[in-house]
Amino acid sequence: MSRLFANGLMKLRRRDFLKAATIATAAMGLPASMVDKVAAALKSPARPPVIWLHFMECTGCTESLLRTSHPDVATLILDLISLEYHETLMAAAGKQAEENLRRAVEKYRGKFICVVEGGISTKDGGVYCKIGGRTALEILKHVSADASAVIAVGTCAAFGGIQAAAPNPTGAVGVRDIVKDKPIINIPGCPPNGYNILATIVYILTFNKFPELDELNRPKFAYGRRIHDHCERRPHFDEGRFVEQFGDEGHKKGYCLYKVGCKGPVTYANCPTQRFCDVGVWPVAAGHGCIGCTEPNFWDNMIPFYEHVPGVEVPAGQGIVGKAERIGKFAIGAAAAGIAIHAAAGVIKKATTKEKEE
Amino acid sequence: MARRVTVDPITRIEGHLRIDVEVDGGRVTNAWSSAQMWRGIEVILKGKDPRDAWAFTQRICGVCTTVHALASVRAVENALNLEIPINAQYVRNIILAAHALQDHIVHFYHLSALDWVDVVSALKADPKKTAALAQALSPWPGNSVTRFEEVKERLKAFVESGQLGPFENGYWGHPAMKLPPEANLMAVSHYLEALEYQYKVNQIVAIFGGKSPHIQTFVVGGVALAINPDNEATLNMERLLWAKKLFEEVKKFVHEVYLPDVIAIGALYADWLKYGAGVTNYLAVPDMPLDTKGESFDLPGGTIFNGDLESVKPITSFNDPYFRDNVAECIAHSWYQGDWTKHPWEEETVPHYTDFQPRGKYSWAKAPRFKGEPMQVGPLAQVLVGYALGHELTKKWVDYSLKRLSQIAGAKVPLKALQSTPGRHLARAIRSAMLAELGPKHLDLLIKNIGQGDLEIFNPPDFPKGVLKGFGFHEAPRGTLSHWVVIEDGRIANYQCVVPSTWNVSPRDDKGQMGPYEASLIDNPIADPERPLEVLRTIHSFDPCIACAVHVLNPEKKEIVKVKAL
Repeated sequence: MSRLFANGLMKLRRRDFLKAATIATAAMGLPASMVDKVAAALKSPARPPVIWLHFMECTGCTESLLRTSHPDVATLILDLISLEYHETLMAAAGKQAEENLRRAVEKYRGKFICVVEGGISTKDGGVYCKIGGRTALEILKHVSADASAVIAVGTCAAFGGIQAAAPNPTGAVGVRDIVKDKPIINIPGCPPNGYNILATIVYILTFNKFPELDELNRPKFAYGRRIHDHCERRPHFDEGRFVEQFGDEGHKKGYCLYKVGCKGPVTYANCPTQRFCDVGVWPVAAGHGCIGCTEPNFWDNMIPFYEHVPGVEVPAGQGIVGKAERIGKFAIGAAAAGIAIHAAAGVIKKATTKEKEE
Repeated sequence: MARRVTVDPITRIEGHLRIDVEVDGGRVTNAWSSAQMWRGIEVILKGKDPRDAWAFTQRICGVCTTVHALASVRAVENALNLEIPINAQYVRNIILAAHALQDHIVHFYHLSALDWVDVVSALKADPKKTAALAQALSPWPGNSVTRFEEVKERLKAFVESGQLGPFENGYWGHPAMKLPPEANLMAVSHYLEALEYQYKVNQIVAIFGGKSPHIQTFVVGGVALAINPDNEATLNMERLLWAKKLFEEVKKFVHEVYLPDVIAIGALYADWLKYGAGVTNYLAVPDMPLDTKGESFDLPGGTIFNGDLESVKPITSFNDPYFRDNVAECIAHSWYQGDWTKHPWEEETVPHYTDFQPRGKYSWAKAPRFKGEPMQVGPLAQVLVGYALGHELTKKWVDYSLKRLSQIAGAKVPLKALQSTPGRHLARAIRSAMLAELGPKHLDLLIKNIGQGDLEIFNPPDFPKGVLKGFGFHEAPRGTLSHWVVIEDGRIANYQCVVPSTWNVSPRDDKGQMGPYEASLIDNPIADPERPLEVLRTIHSFDPCIACAVHVLNPEKKEIVKVKAL
């Protein structure tokens, strides 16, 4: 963590520092003989400190970490990182929990990673989400100011998420709209695959640098390609073999789900290669289309979920590889950059009237 | 002189919850439960395609993922009077059982055990004595001296690192912590093993749900999980066998570790069996349907009033008017304009934030009422209703658990003792023991039906012109969940979720009746108001989920008005 944390080494004087170590030791319920060890850990923490904030969210992102095996969540929190604050997992509550947060920010000033799960309400001063008497907005500004970096986990923290869907009643936004002076990594998904969260954290810890990011600050190892590019149903798309209705003959044969609403052609994520929960599964493999959950504003742009994506030329049996590549480009649309389609509102709605390909 | 204690945030729950209590003479004398977040999901649903609603509502909660998806598709199907193929019913039931098991295991070990288990005390335990204790409770192979030595070493290394992380500032050494070091070490070891088993049972959810959290195979009309035993890209025999094996492993864990642990902790904290009853009206809905219409179920539902099992009245179908006509919500003490009580289909809610006013409005949660009464929901409600109705599987596990509990406590523990803080944990473990049998049962039913050549999974929905009303319920891990939808010309005109945690987190209503959290706190002992561990014990016993609890109805053609920021 040297590079990330270098500029923020402990600024406390030695006397204050030992005092802090003594208080920390007592707070942990440990004997006074442990003060030295705690002091050593404060100076050069064996496990990098992480402060995990929950705002307007459903805890699904945290839950996705419970569904991993390499590493599992016990290894993550016992051996790899020091999880200083995490509302769902921490033993302390109320005043003690808030003390932990205050103390961790002080102790590890400039040295901790701040993970954010959930969107941030900005309307009416942010009253729609409060923790310990403070709004999410205040807490994020306060904690991120002393963080070495911020990881926005999940589509809510990255882009505002479901509560930001029209008409966005609480004025919810993502971290990037509030925090402007820190490096931010976005790991969107609803929720993201647990391995994408873990691999990002361990990548930083191991290589002392950020992974390569795309235009939306998403790690390329996880969001570099469209779902459509590595989908196992792609050959059926290229050959024009489609599911017309769930449960039909095509569905029973594993055909392409494009016509029943799959958003794979316009969604960047590694679901087909990474898969979920170590059982080799992902939604498209099970038989339901992708809903585009790693893309900004997908709750507005990807609905209705059971209507097909517009602007994709369907091969209708004449396809094969060369054609498929062309379709790939076409799917990204008239806008040359992939990012433009993310911003285009209501793509699907516009399409339904325009396109009929049966 | 009463002293006000505020616990904010309540941690180890989903969402943001504040609890205020007044403590006088070492006892709680008054309590307020305040949900601290509002996301407006139902406002967002207005005008959307009803087929998409399950995906939106599922995001209400990622801990009880799956449950809002299920209630939502049922509500829309109810509005359309649409039956679904029996395979789809079984697939939904398998997901229901597997998810509930994962949720219950995580709730007990990872979210609430630390209220009863002193992690730091486990360092003083003798692994040999720990093994002797654990083996007396259960034949579980993990209860070995080697395993406990290993866990103690891992814990020691962790504590000596000086970085306690999530365990920092817990209530270690609190006077209300009563377990001997050996019981604490056993619990820490099972805390770690439970992580493995919740992972395994969740794999079943993923096999049938396409991923987890937030499954993606439910659709209005059935499931989008293609079944074909003669294809390599569908749910075939290999997938089914994988799920079968996982269910077997998890069943063993539930029967040999989870249930015995809860019984043992209940016995070692037997003095707590007198605290936390609170609201003793209970509501549960039937679930795990065995037919395509939802008229025959493997889990029973009904109501009980005033803790009197004789008063039980069953709820018998997806269309039961006894449920449909008796649910209402009151906003007298909630941050919405007005003080009305209305049926979910009729509500119009406009947010009105006032900050915390103990005599006025003090929560984002509304106050759901059944026949005008506050109701406690959750596994305890389901277990009591099932027992009162003579449901065999419920009776088997309740009788077994009370017998074991009485043996270990050395005194007869009556059925009534379930109506308490530890009783809610025990009911949850009993429900898990039942689900560990019902999950594999429904998997077998699915396999048998596939074997008969039935591969149907979907009946396409058709949305006629005009206004349709529907409701769908589901007995979720945290209790009775219901979704209420009004569809107009194929679009959502109105959507309302009446959620288990809303029933329980409920603030007072217009008659001043407390909600279950609040009522259950009254008379709880508080040894140290600076460290109100006892409050956490009682609140956690409900398994709060506050993202679920807080929601609002979309007002007909009205925009949300600006709320007053203080």
